[in-house]
Amino acid sequence: MKARVFVTLKNGVLDPQGKAIGNALHGLGFGAVGEVRQGKVIDLELKESDEAKARASLKDMCEKLLANTVIEKYEIELKA
Amino acid sequence: MKSAVIVFPASNCDRDAQTALKQLTGKDPHMVWHQDSALPDVDLVVLPGGFSYGDYLRCGAMASQSSVMKAVKAHAEKGGAVVGICNGFQVLTETHMLPGALMRNADLKFVCRPVKLTVEETQSAFTRKYSKGQQISIPVAHGEGNYFADEETLNRLEGENRVAFRYAEGDNPNGSARNIAGILNEKRNVLGLMPHPERVVDPLLGGEDGKALFQSLIETLS
Repeated sequence: MKARVFVTLKNGVLDPQGKAIGNALHGLGFGAVGEVRQGKVIDLELKESDEAKARASLKDMCEKLLANTVIEKYEIELKA
Repeated sequence: MKSAVIVFPASNCDRDAQTALKQLTGKDPHMVWHQDSALPDVDLVVLPGGFSYGDYLRCGAMASQSSVMKAVKAHAEKGGAVVGICNGFQVLTETHMLPGALMRNADLKFVCRPVKLTVEETQSAFTRKYSKGQQISIPVAHGEGNYFADEETLNRLEGENRVAFRYAEGDNPNGSARNIAGILNEKRNVLGLMPHPERVVDPLLGGEDGKALFQSLIETLS
């Protein structure tokens, strides 16, 4: 099974990189751009065919290492 | 005082810490590799500055999972002293030995210069040789030193007098919440700080304002 984990800053946590990206986009003339927030994508292969088990194990990985839950939130996407 | 400095791959202030400890305690500290699972018999553990594991994933995230950190945690749980400097502070928050997190500097720039600090708390093994409110100058060198914690945690840190050092008003180099530069854990035996006291223990290096931190530890732990 393949999984994709999105790790982004929690709402309300200042994202200076997102801000800088937004400013750069404005500089390029993309005036319609509003707030920009950036994050990470982590792709993993899992030796697990049970979806519920895979999800539980990914959640554990996020809590223990992939995300710092003091400042970040995560979303898990599974692909068969 | 017997001490150890933990060496992670890409630690780069481990030798500075070693030199400062040797000069001030008169004894060579143990240099402990990140893959070791036990610590020698020491009073103080120093987590040095640097870019452990290349700052992969998040600063300090990989180091927090290393086998030596289990031993460092156990040392602190038994009441042993631990100081994390710069990357060491990041490792301590990633290990949850200290609350909060160190985020990207608010202006996105790596900042490397002396900063003015105020000593906020002298009731600790790390700061007793300073005086409360004392202004000192210690260099910082980091890209991720922007201290963040939720309001409740910040209030608690202040309420329990666990903010050891603050950046002086107008000299906050990274956007840290409430100008926080260094904090203590609940038991007050773990200190994390972004500035580098080990770099200012000799006039030849440009200052001695970091010396009192080590002298405090020597007085308490010897």
